[in-house]
Amino acid sequence: MSVMNMIQALNSAHKVMFERDPTTVVLGEDVGYFGGVFRVTEGLQRDYGKQRCFDAPISENGIVAVAVGMAAYGLKPIAEIQFADYIYPGFDQIVSEAARMRYRSAGDWSLPMVIRSPYGGGIFGGQTHSQSPEALFAHIAGIKTVIPSNPYDAKGLLIAAIEDPDPVVFFEPKRIYNGPFDGYYERPVTPWAKHPAAEVPDGHYTVPLGKAAVAREGEEVTILAYGTMVHVALATAEANGIDAEVIDLRSIVPVDIEAIETSVRKTGRCVVFHEATRTAGFGAELAALVQERCFYHLEAPVARVTGWDTPYPHSMEWAYFPGPVRLGLALKKTLED
Amino acid sequence: MNDRPERPNRPALSLHVPEPGARPGDPVDFSHIAIPAAGSVRRPDPHAPASETHALVATLVRVLDEEGRAVGPWDPKLDADTLRRILRDMMLVRVYDDRMYRAQRQGKTSFYMKSTGEEAVAVAATHALDRDDMTFPTYRQQGILIARDYPLVTMMCQVYSNKGDPLKGRQLPIMYASKAHGFFTISGNLATQYPQAVGWAMGSAIAGDSRIASAYIGDGSTAEGDFHAACTFAGVYRAPVILNVVNNQWAISTFSGIAGGELTTFAARAVGYGIAGLRVDGNDALAVYAATRWAADRARANLGPTLIELFTYRVEGHSTSDDPSVYRPQNAGAAWPLGDPVERLKRHLVALGEWDEARHQAQHEALDAEVRAAQKEAERQGTLQSDPYQDIPSMFEEVFAELPWHLKEQQAQALAEAEAKRA
Repeated sequence: MSVMNMIQALNSAHKVMFERDPTTVVLGEDVGYFGGVFRVTEGLQRDYGKQRCFDAPISENGIVAVAVGMAAYGLKPIAEIQFADYIYPGFDQIVSEAARMRYRSAGDWSLPMVIRSPYGGGIFGGQTHSQSPEALFAHIAGIKTVIPSNPYDAKGLLIAAIEDPDPVVFFEPKRIYNGPFDGYYERPVTPWAKHPAAEVPDGHYTVPLGKAAVAREGEEVTILAYGTMVHVALATAEANGIDAEVIDLRSIVPVDIEAIETSVRKTGRCVVFHEATRTAGFGAELAALVQERCFYHLEAPVARVTGWDTPYPHSMEWAYFPGPVRLGLALKKTLED
Repeated sequence: MNDRPERPNRPALSLHVPEPGARPGDPVDFSHIAIPAAGSVRRPDPHAPASETHALVATLVRVLDEEGRAVGPWDPKLDADTLRRILRDMMLVRVYDDRMYRAQRQGKTSFYMKSTGEEAVAVAATHALDRDDMTFPTYRQQGILIARDYPLVTMMCQVYSNKGDPLKGRQLPIMYASKAHGFFTISGNLATQYPQAVGWAMGSAIAGDSRIASAYIGDGSTAEGDFHAACTFAGVYRAPVILNVVNNQWAISTFSGIAGGELTTFAARAVGYGIAGLRVDGNDALAVYAATRWAADRARANLGPTLIELFTYRVEGHSTSDDPSVYRPQNAGAAWPLGDPVERLKRHLVALGEWDEARHQAQHEALDAEVRAAQKEAERQGTLQSDPYQDIPSMFEEVFAELPWHLKEQQAQALAEAEAKRA
């Protein structure tokens, strides 16, 4: 066991898999000598050489496409897209190629590859370093989409993603790389070291894909969240004295429907919570699932708390970010309905 | 790999990953860079077939020699007032960059990017264009705005995302936009502006206009697909566009070899697309001016695009989020064999008898005072730290021309939320 922040935990996942599986390789912009702009791949090139970890040209299209080709050869590429906001040039290769390779070749080719990317806001990154595009990937048949909320899960989920036989998009909430940010932006940031999930095994373990975690047990209302929003949800419940059950989905595809149903049937109320824009966000899918499967247990409409349907504004970050006030108002309304 | 067939008679393959010549702790070494003498490269007629430029893509167009004289066929023969204006603008960019960099370090804004060493590629090129030609810059051509007299206070307000920010706090610092100054809105997504510039130029051609477009991209971003779309469309339709590649050798931590610069020059990309190509000393303001004017004349004659590689060096970090000392030798910029663009133009003016050290110093002090005064005025309208742009209803405006129902609802909700926060 070591105390790790999320960057160190992700770095550890890479090192564990580099040791165990010689077919794993890392590519991406600035991931080699420099170790990545967020330092997630630090030391990989130094310790394992340039055949295993190397810098890529600035071409997200190329990075995804050659990862497809490497996986087709039989390697397990782990591609870093420096910011999720930059992933779109690679979208065609993900949607039309990576997602369908197993299906269209009737299993002749499969692509065990991971596309990692820091995502989400809260760092004053403006429109091009803050987006949460997970719903675009959740919508694609054939792609798994994973989003950790703490160091322990980050390492276990990344190892599971690398070992998974199919392509996985792995979004890392960069606002919580260094500490569990809870949305109270005027308070000092607490480091991961004080959080129980910063206790991370040094060796190999997995957190299964498609399995949610109960971040807080509660009776009054279920909050469905992932990534940074898990911490905002916990703090908001605490601040408002609401006995909320917070479900950390961890994977959005496949989503843990059993965990969702169990919780909503118990509480009878549900608030869906994400940072991404609202319209056609993943919250719409969650709300639909809940009403299809738990309708007769619901005592209030399913509420959605999200980012606004605008690009992410630079200076008005905290008016955009769905923080404790937005969630708190929605929780109170859901409890009153 | 388990299923790898054993063929003992064949050598095992291995992947080539380019590596820069020097890392931290190594001596700076630019000895591999071939520098032809100033004035030694011929100047084809701007109306010549593109193929006549293709022998030039591996050399360097240079005008200013070591003594500060302008020599050879590319000398644009500018009058002293124009030379002094270009020098003044480059000096102003540098002073401005230093002040804004410091403001970021003081916490007054979130981010900044300097263009130190690359002032000529923006400033001199802009002076070679007409005022109403359209530019499609990257985030490192603040010199275009300065060369076109964009108000310094407004630039700073954008950097501060304050009440005076014309972009309403929406964009990262330095991602300026001004249609009135022919400066296209900057995207943080790399290379997107390059084919857009081609499209703007195609529009000008379709409309029977006479204006041209000038696009910028970095050496690293030429790897993006958009670069290749731009070159293809520009060539196919002979779009009246100048395609500048600012080869400053570094894309954050990766050197130009990772973008293909180890194999050939970036100017040589022009050959494959059948368009005109030039490779230019980007720290030589006169060479930048002359090459841009050559390409502009060609575009205005309806002879299509020119790809210009501007060979320069990123003296500072990529941005305030970057520390170059961890991936390249310290002070590499000071050793750049093509020198400093400001110093080189200054030496030229002095050699002409049109400038001297006292005037240079006085101008530096005047510009510094001008920038400090502008900063004071800008800061009266707030900084990102003290008083950021916070007009909440405006956050929802201009997503579309008109506000649809769902944005109206969200706008009201955001205002209610702001009320709740105050309570």
